[in-house]
Amino acid sequence: MTELTATERDALLEDLLAGRLPDACGRFGPFGGRYVPETLVPALERLTDGVDRYLREPAFLERFHRELDTWVGRPTALTYAANLSQAWGAEVWLKREDLAHTGAHKINNAVGQALLARHLGARRVIAETGAGQHGVASAAACARVGLPCTVYMGAVDVERQAPNVDRMRRLGAEVKSVTSGDRTLRSAIDEALRDWVSDPEQTYYLLGSAIGPHPYPYLVRELHAVIGREARTQMLDAAGALPDAVFACVGGGSNAIGLFHPLLADREVQIFGVEAGGRGMALGDNSATLASGRPGVLQGCYTVLLQDDDGQIRGTHSVSAGLDYPGVGPEHALLQAVGRVRYIVADDAAALDALNECCALEGILPALETAHAFAGARDWAADNPGRRILIGLSGRGDKDMPTLARYPVEPRHARP
Amino acid sequence: MHAHERLADRLRAARNEGRPALVAFLTAGYPDPARFIEHLDAVCAHADAVEIGVPFTDPMADGMTIQRASQGALANGVSLRWILDRLGERHDPDATPLLLMSYLNPLLAYGYEALAARAAAVGVCAFIVPDLPLEESAPFTAAVERAGTGLVQMVTPATPPERARRLCEASRGFVYAVTVTGITGGGGALPAGLAEYLERLRGVSPLPVCAGFGIREAAQVRAVGAHADGVIVGSALVEALERGDDPAAFLQGLLA
Repeated sequence: MTELTATERDALLEDLLAGRLPDACGRFGPFGGRYVPETLVPALERLTDGVDRYLREPAFLERFHRELDTWVGRPTALTYAANLSQAWGAEVWLKREDLAHTGAHKINNAVGQALLARHLGARRVIAETGAGQHGVASAAACARVGLPCTVYMGAVDVERQAPNVDRMRRLGAEVKSVTSGDRTLRSAIDEALRDWVSDPEQTYYLLGSAIGPHPYPYLVRELHAVIGREARTQMLDAAGALPDAVFACVGGGSNAIGLFHPLLADREVQIFGVEAGGRGMALGDNSATLASGRPGVLQGCYTVLLQDDDGQIRGTHSVSAGLDYPGVGPEHALLQAVGRVRYIVADDAAALDALNECCALEGILPALETAHAFAGARDWAADNPGRRILIGLSGRGDKDMPTLARYPVEPRHARP
Repeated sequence: MHAHERLADRLRAARNEGRPALVAFLTAGYPDPARFIEHLDAVCAHADAVEIGVPFTDPMADGMTIQRASQGALANGVSLRWILDRLGERHDPDATPLLLMSYLNPLLAYGYEALAARAAAVGVCAFIVPDLPLEESAPFTAAVERAGTGLVQMVTPATPPERARRLCEASRGFVYAVTVTGITGGGGALPAGLAEYLERLRGVSPLPVCAGFGIREAAQVRAVGAHADGVIVGSALVEALERGDDPAAFLQGLLA
C-alpha cells in the first residue's frame, strides 16, 4: 500500500465523518472490501441488502432498542472512578459495558444480528469466539430469538475460558472445539467460515468483531455505536464536558469502534486504542497489529495484519484470549492511517497490574482484555496530569479466573 | 499465444480425444520438499494440467486434507518464492500447463508485478485464488494478463445465472465449476442436479468447464466427465502422495 498524502487523509476523515464510509464496495479508504470464496458472495450480498433494509427500518430498530433496554439492560452506567482518579491524578470515568447482560459489550452486536438472522429467514446461527464472551452472547441472543446456535472456539481458548464454555452449553449452544491452525480465535473464524461455505443459504454467520468481509465491519460498528452515543450523552450530563482522552482495548476492535465512532467528530477528544503487547514486541509474542503489522488480506478483509515476509499469518500471544488476533477491523486501520486515533500497546504484565489495581481501588473486576485499556490510560495520565479520561470498560473478568489463578495478587494492590 | 490460451487449448484437445481433461492438484513441497519436482513430473505425465498449491496458514475454503498439507508444507519451509525457484530450475515450455493455486495474501506479499513476470517465466499459465472474487480481482488480473497469464474464475451451485455468465466471460484458461456448496476434500455422493448445472455452464462459457471438489475416484470422473470438459482432482491425490502411493498409478486409475 502506498502512503496516504495529507490531503487524502483529510478527505478520508471527512468522508468517514459524513457517513460515506464504507463505500459501495465496502471500503474504508484503502481498507475493507470482500475477499471471500465465490460460494459466499451471494450470501454476503443478501446480508448487505438485509443490513441496508433493516438498519433503516423503524420497526426493526424499535425491536432492537427494546431488547437493548429491557433484556440487555441498557443504558449501561457511567461510573466516576474516584479512587483511580486520586491514584492517577486524573478524572477517570468508566463506561460500564461489564454491566450489560452476559457481562460484556458483545451482547449489543449479538442480539442485533440474531434479530437480523430471524428477519432474513435463517434456520441456524454459527459464531466464533475467542474469550468466550461473544459465544456466550450469541448463545443467549439465539435462545432469546429462538434459533439454534453453534459456536466455534479454538481448543486453546476452550481450556483457558472454561467457565464460558459451560455457560454457552447451558444456554443451548453447541460448542465445537477447533483443533486446526493455531487453535485460538483465528482458527475459530476459519472453521466458522468453512461451516458457512457449506450452507450459505440457511445459515447465518454471527461474526463477533468489526472484522471480516463487508458488510460485517459496518454492521458490527452500527450495533455497538450505542456505547459511544450513550457515553457521550452521559459524559455531558455527569461530568459536564466531553473527555480529554478516550481509551478502549483493541483486538478485532468491536468495543473500541462502538465507543470511538460517535466521538470521532469531536476533534478536541483524543482517542486511543490499546493493543495487546503480550510478552514483547517480537513477531509472534504479541497481538499488537496496528503497532507493528502490514496491510494484507485475511478472513475476507484487506487490513493491517501480523504476517511474515511471505504473507503467512503469524501466531500471536496475549494473556487475554479476546485480543489474541493477528488482524484488526478495517475502520481502525483507516483511523490510524488518517491520524484520528492513536494505537498504543500495553503488555501482559501492565494489563495484569491494571486489573489488580481496578479491583482493589474500584471494586470492579474488569476482563483481561479491558485491563489493557486501563494500563494505556494510566500511562497517559502519568504524562498528562489532571485530565478527564473515559475508559471503555468492555467486559467483566469473572471468565478470566482460571488464567488469573496463575498470577497471585501482589501485596501493593491488597487493601491494608 | 498467451499462456492461458495454451492451457485452454490443452484442455480442449483432451475433450477432442473423447475424454474429459484431467486437472490434478498437489500442495507444493508436501509431504516431502525434496521430492516436489519428482512428484510434479510424475503428475504432469498423466494429467492435462497441474495445479500447484501454495501453502497458506489460513486456507478457509479447504477441508482437512489440504489444511494438513498446507501446514505440513509450511513446516517444511515451503514458500511462494521457493516454489517459483524450483519451477525455474525445471522449466520446459512445452510441458503440461501449470497453474498456481494460492490464497491472496502470499501473492500480495510477493507483489503482483514481480509475481506476474516471474510466474510467466517459469511456465505458469494461470492462477486460481479462492479468496479473490470477481469484484476485487481487477488489480491482480491487470498485472497477470500483462504477462500473458490469467485468473481462473470459480463458479458454484450457489452462483446466480447472470453472475455465472459474467464469471465465465471474465475467466481465463478454464472455468472452475465447484461441484458442491462447501469446502474441498468432501466424500460421498455428488449433489443432485450437478449434470444440469454443468451443462448450463457449458452453454454460456466460451472456455472449457472443469469440475472440482469432492472428486476422488474413477466412477466420479466418468459421471462428471460426461457433463464437463474436465475434472479436477485435489485432496484424493494429496492423500495418495501422503500414503506414499505412486501418483502415476493413482491418476491412471482415475481414467480407467
